[in-house]
Amino acid sequence: MSGGAGRRKPGRDEPARGALDEEEATGAFRRSRGKVSARFSASQAVILRNLVSQVAELMGDAAADPGAAGTGPAGRGEAGPATSQGPAGRGEPDLSPEDFAAMIGAAGPTSPPEDPVLARLLPDAYRDDPEAAGEFRRYTEQGLRSGKVAAAQTVLATLPAEGGQVRLGPEDAQAWLRALNDVRLAIGTVLGVTEDYEDELEAASWADPRSAYLEVYHWLGYVQDSLVRSLR
Amino acid sequence: MSVAPAEVERAEAGLDAVPDTPWVTIVWNDPINLMSYVTYVFQKVFGYAKPKAEKLMLDVHHRGKAVVSNGTREAMERDAQVLHGYGLWATVSHDR
Repeated sequence: MSGGAGRRKPGRDEPARGALDEEEATGAFRRSRGKVSARFSASQAVILRNLVSQVAELMGDAAADPGAAGTGPAGRGEAGPATSQGPAGRGEPDLSPEDFAAMIGAAGPTSPPEDPVLARLLPDAYRDDPEAAGEFRRYTEQGLRSGKVAAAQTVLATLPAEGGQVRLGPEDAQAWLRALNDVRLAIGTVLGVTEDYEDELEAASWADPRSAYLEVYHWLGYVQDSLVRSLR
Repeated sequence: MSVAPAEVERAEAGLDAVPDTPWVTIVWNDPINLMSYVTYVFQKVFGYAKPKAEKLMLDVHHRGKAVVSNGTREAMERDAQVLHGYGLWATVSHDR
């Protein structure tokens, strides 16, 4: 586990880092009058909305080619694929066993995703029993995906694209927590972060492209940690 | 407040498992999830008091995993499902 943004404030000593080099207070949640609130700069809002949109896209399309994930337009709203040329207007719905399984929510995949980000966001529930893991996945993966899409959409609906104040009630705050965590899981998996990533960040040169992503990852931890603490 | 709940100790030791509730939910360590967040999730999902949630979080962190709940297989699958929703790496297993 990560200790969080305790040792090092994001963007503190690096005036050239740009987007995240805002006054320290931005992105930090505080409790106020029964809600939690934080202020985001425009650049922070753009980064966060973009990342959250990519997770929503990845989670929303169960048939997505993992290699193509995140290349589409950001901020797409739909959670699932468009309906196929269905029998709209026809009298009798012609249900195949697959359609019926989909209606009762039992049509999910049974094998874990090969893409490491997907595998981390949609993990196996049985470690040494592929059959049980497959059964569990078949019944739960679609629900897990749609929950993650819904959390992402809550962030997109409550974080103004131009930045500014975000005020969240209890439900929206939970959605933010989960969405922030999903984004951190995705970036952290891509970067292959360890619990000692802060040492790497300290040592990284500004010219190292990886350091920019680590900086964003670090900032997201800072935001999430402040949200957790404000909810206690 | 500092004394760990007895059932957690038993489950961790793998001893003396209650015969009719032999299933457990395990949370595994990962380098990404924040310690504060994992503690919060244990409090939120299981209703554990903060000291218990914190102890479980530290067990995950230092030992690589911890048993966070036990009960029927169905209940453990529900727990794992909820924990996956929070992004924790949870598995279900038979506690023999």
